[in-house]
Amino acid sequence: MNATAILAAVGTMAAIAAILGGVLGWVATRLRSDPDALVEQIDALLPQTQCAQCRYPGCRPYAEAIANGEADIDRCPPGGETTVRALAALLDREPRPVDPQYGATQPPRVALIDEDRCIGCALCLPACPVDAIVGAQRLMHTVIAAQCTGCELCLAPCPVDCIAMVERAGDQPGRAAA
Amino acid sequence: MKLRGLRLDSHTSRPLERPIRVVPPPATLVLALDQGSGADALPMVRPGEAVRVGSAVAAASGAAAAVHSPVSGIVREIAARPTSRGASRCIVIDNDGRDDPMATAAPIDWRAMDGSALIECIAAAGTAGLGGAAFPTATKLALARAAGAELLLLNGAECEPWICCDAALMRERAADVVLGAQVMLAAAGAQRCVVAIEDDKPEAIAAVEAAVRAATDARIEVRVLPALFPLGAEGPLVAAVTGREVPHDGWPPQVGVVCQNVGTAAAVARLVQDDRPVMSRVLTVTGSGVQQPANVEACIGTPVGQLVAACGGYTGECARRIAGGSLTGRSIEGDDVPVTKGMNCVLLASDADLPSRGPARPCIRCGDCAAVCPAGLLPQQLHVAARSDDSAALARFGLSACIECGCCDYVCPSAIPLTARFRAARERQHLADLERRRAIEARARYERHQRRLAEQAEAERQAFDTARRRARGADPGDR
Repeated sequence: MNATAILAAVGTMAAIAAILGGVLGWVATRLRSDPDALVEQIDALLPQTQCAQCRYPGCRPYAEAIANGEADIDRCPPGGETTVRALAALLDREPRPVDPQYGATQPPRVALIDEDRCIGCALCLPACPVDAIVGAQRLMHTVIAAQCTGCELCLAPCPVDCIAMVERAGDQPGRAAA
Repeated sequence: MKLRGLRLDSHTSRPLERPIRVVPPPATLVLALDQGSGADALPMVRPGEAVRVGSAVAAASGAAAAVHSPVSGIVREIAARPTSRGASRCIVIDNDGRDDPMATAAPIDWRAMDGSALIECIAAAGTAGLGGAAFPTATKLALARAAGAELLLLNGAECEPWICCDAALMRERAADVVLGAQVMLAAAGAQRCVVAIEDDKPEAIAAVEAAVRAATDARIEVRVLPALFPLGAEGPLVAAVTGREVPHDGWPPQVGVVCQNVGTAAAVARLVQDDRPVMSRVLTVTGSGVQQPANVEACIGTPVGQLVAACGGYTGECARRIAGGSLTGRSIEGDDVPVTKGMNCVLLASDADLPSRGPARPCIRCGDCAAVCPAGLLPQQLHVAARSDDSAALARFGLSACIECGCCDYVCPSAIPLTARFRAARERQHLADLERRRAIEARARYERHQRRLAEQAEAERQAFDTARRRARGADPGDR
């Protein structure tokens, strides 16, 4: 009698454990956190200048590095404090100032080609990560200001140093605040 | 239906004592590309070019209507000048005083034209909302036509306590208002028209009623509304007349209504009578800072100083210049700010006209602002969210539905400049959105760039492989 009761109790417990275990296992495979989703979320907060000041070759690689825990959130000078705060909120970390070793936060700037000095070498065209420079061999080049992110990556390849960084013209609606 | 708003003391009796006086065109006109709608028209003239009366000097673009020169003369420059919206690029024209017209003025046979041709005609004349928003009238009419709006609502509910230019216009040019209404009914394809006028303007009501009777048009009716601020704003006015609520992110045509100012109607009437584009407007010059407060008709581009001179000059009490009314206007500096299509009033206020309310004190959460808000918002909650720049909370409490009427400022016992803070918060959000959009576009371009580089590398590798294989095939003894 007693033995049956014990067996029944053990059997019930084992059955419950097996069912719960099965459910948990299924849930774990079904709802696994997607690492790509986190990278996507981080990438969406970065300014997309693709300037590589963070020592990664673009915003998405940096987002991957943050997601993997390789890099901290303080490496983005163009994003500045706003970006660090947004990242800190997303990743539940303490916000901190941008590490000055990666560059200083500046007002937004765009590249401007001095068209009189441009020799049409086309070296800056592939350097632009967002294809914002138009031109061709031995023809004058120009920067589409609205699409320039101010990454400065076109400065180094220019053999005649005819590209300068200038402050971005004010956005239209800023005027309405005056 | 219960109307929300404030009963304010009116200050319009002095300017209304005199008829509208015409200000002569100034020696130099400043035509702002942004006539008050927040968007720039596209300049079509170069410095040094000669223009005539009625020449189009800037073309319509988005929310900006075309701009025409009210005088003949030479374009001096296109440069940033102070305007009622801070600073805007302006076309500066030196008036040669000859008033050479573009063509002889001839009436337009509008009864024979169909709606879309009329709308094109109205667009070409640079007609813009003269109530203050300066939004292109043709765009609004086209939207209404596309949406099949049944009601044309003419806004004569001028609710700001200092402004009376629409009242003066309705008194003196009621026939123009009614003719403009008929033209816009045809353009928008609407079936009926309501002219909404507040009950503190009995002369204007009588004049418009008489003009409607004279025109014997059964589609047009005059509706008298209580004088309540801010009934002159589009959303509250539509709600008061029809009982329908305009979605805050939508347009009145969605509820079957198209709203136009009575001044705009009069401008449309002028267009069909004389084929004249919008080159002047009626505005109120008032306040204790000016000798003879009056309603004036001035060319677009006339500096404010000339308006004051035409009204007898300053009294010496002028402490603040405001473009627009005391509740929704914007402060302006100096006498050089030009008249724009959106400028309905220049208030030269003494300290007594607009007593300072002292520094802002902390919010005591009394809720008075929520009781008066015509948009049904909770300004006290918005205030907290704006202070911490919490965009999620600002969106939750409906910042985008704020019509910036200033009722909350008026009743706030702590004298908090709520509307100014909401305006600034909106501005910040707008800039952040722009930045966000820019980033999204940059990312797309970056991804395309990367993909192209990868494809090129792959193509080169394959070309190299094929070349090597061919070389091997041709010379098997290579190994």
